[in-house]
Amino acid sequence: MVKITFIEANGNEITIDAEEGNSLMQAAVANGIKGIVAECGGSMMCATCHVYVDGADFGKLPEREEAEDEMLDSTACQRKETSRLSCQIKISTGLEGIRVHLPTSQY
Amino acid sequence: MKIIEGHYEIEVPEGVPVWDVDPYDVDILQDPDEYYAELRSKGPFVYIPKYSILACGRYEETKEVFSDWERFISSRGVGLQDFELEEPWRPKSIILEVDPPEHSVTRRVLARALSPKATAALKELFQETADRLIDELLEKESFEAVVELAEEFPTTVFPKAVGLKEKNSRALVDYGAMVFNALGPDNELRRNAMAMGPTTVPWIVEQCNRKNLKPEGFGATIFAAADAGEINEEQAEKLVRSLLSAGVDTTVTGIGSALWCLAKFPDQFKRLKDDPTLLRPAFEEVLRFTSPVHSFCRTASGDTMVSGTRIAEGSKILCVLGAANSDERQWKEAEKFDIGRRPTGHLAMGTGIHGCVGQNLARAEVAAVLTSIIAKVEEIDFAGEAVWRPNNAIHALDKLPLVFKRA
Repeated sequence: MVKITFIEANGNEITIDAEEGNSLMQAAVANGIKGIVAECGGSMMCATCHVYVDGADFGKLPEREEAEDEMLDSTACQRKETSRLSCQIKISTGLEGIRVHLPTSQY
Repeated sequence: MKIIEGHYEIEVPEGVPVWDVDPYDVDILQDPDEYYAELRSKGPFVYIPKYSILACGRYEETKEVFSDWERFISSRGVGLQDFELEEPWRPKSIILEVDPPEHSVTRRVLARALSPKATAALKELFQETADRLIDELLEKESFEAVVELAEEFPTTVFPKAVGLKEKNSRALVDYGAMVFNALGPDNELRRNAMAMGPTTVPWIVEQCNRKNLKPEGFGATIFAAADAGEINEEQAEKLVRSLLSAGVDTTVTGIGSALWCLAKFPDQFKRLKDDPTLLRPAFEEVLRFTSPVHSFCRTASGDTMVSGTRIAEGSKILCVLGAANSDERQWKEAEKFDIGRRPTGHLAMGTGIHGCVGQNLARAEVAAVLTSIIAKVEEIDFAGEAVWRPNNAIHALDKLPLVFKRA
């Protein structure tokens, strides 16, 4: 299990234990994190699992694929440098303790 | 080896129950719930002798087979026919019926054309059209919702969104019926659908040509990718054809099914009116609950195992999405229509690399219709019996007489 902390738009923090191998989106949905909608279920189609990875942790993630980069242009909340689609982040031990900020809305 | 319905006959894998059922029987297609339940109860897979295929309907295995594009491929057809053995009825789709790496290129172009951003730009058009339509329907004592709303709305907005210069609603609806019925066996449904070919196909093919598309719209985005050298001209035409194949029948079904659910479960309609933020999750629940695409096939690319079942190379596996979406192992009180459920992970739009590329468009269209209904309609009642239309891959309404009471 890998500890991940979500910071909701209102500042509220929720820490979950995420299973390795799952995506960050799947872990969020399984733990009832409301700020992740994930309408397409992980097909990289809907941009409703958008997150801002904490600046201190962003470098721990592998780089985005081009298709994810393109889809990030469709997020409801302004895209930032640390924007990612959580369905494309695979949980691994290297991500232990990362902090992830949620946007105010997903659509 | 013997060929059945365009694919090789397979042996019954050890431990897999044989179930003498016809999934394409008209009664099952119209009212599939018992079939879904029995399919799940028999095990992760069953062998269906009539077509010599495997079928799965439990959530876990259905998801695995449906989304693992390396072991369960699409390039040999997503219906019963194996394209390695038989020519498909039309040149095969370069998005639905291909695998990576070819698929990755075309998928990216279509994903761009149909992105949330691209569909959000159509919001005003969708809302104005929906408002006008709902106002008209409120004037009527009762109406036939399949024709007058579920078909009328997409066939009005979709050609504009694509940038078609000509309108031909009938051809769009009929072509969709052909494409989806073609996925089944050589039964009456498929034969009747194919008979519409001469009146439908030439018009569709013609619209895919660059000269018949306006400079703005999904079609133009696709041809821009051809201009940029990402795809060639012929690929662009085929991708426009994919839009016309899968962009209408499916949304017609989604809208019809949403109306049916809200008429059938007035408490849920009231809940939605009281809290319109439930609109998007409500549509996800409609999708889970009604599974507009009830089943698609995959073909095993090699010998493999799923949940202890040996699957031989070349096996056709019918992924019964409707059964997976009503599996109690995955969905608590699965038989209940609950708009507060947030059913992330339902398989109605598929999942993974072949997940429905037009899903943003579908959601935007339905959101416009429901937004208008929430604002203007107090009560939705049946004005007669709802009848489902059998189709080899789509579970859609044929008739839906309704009454809207003004808010």
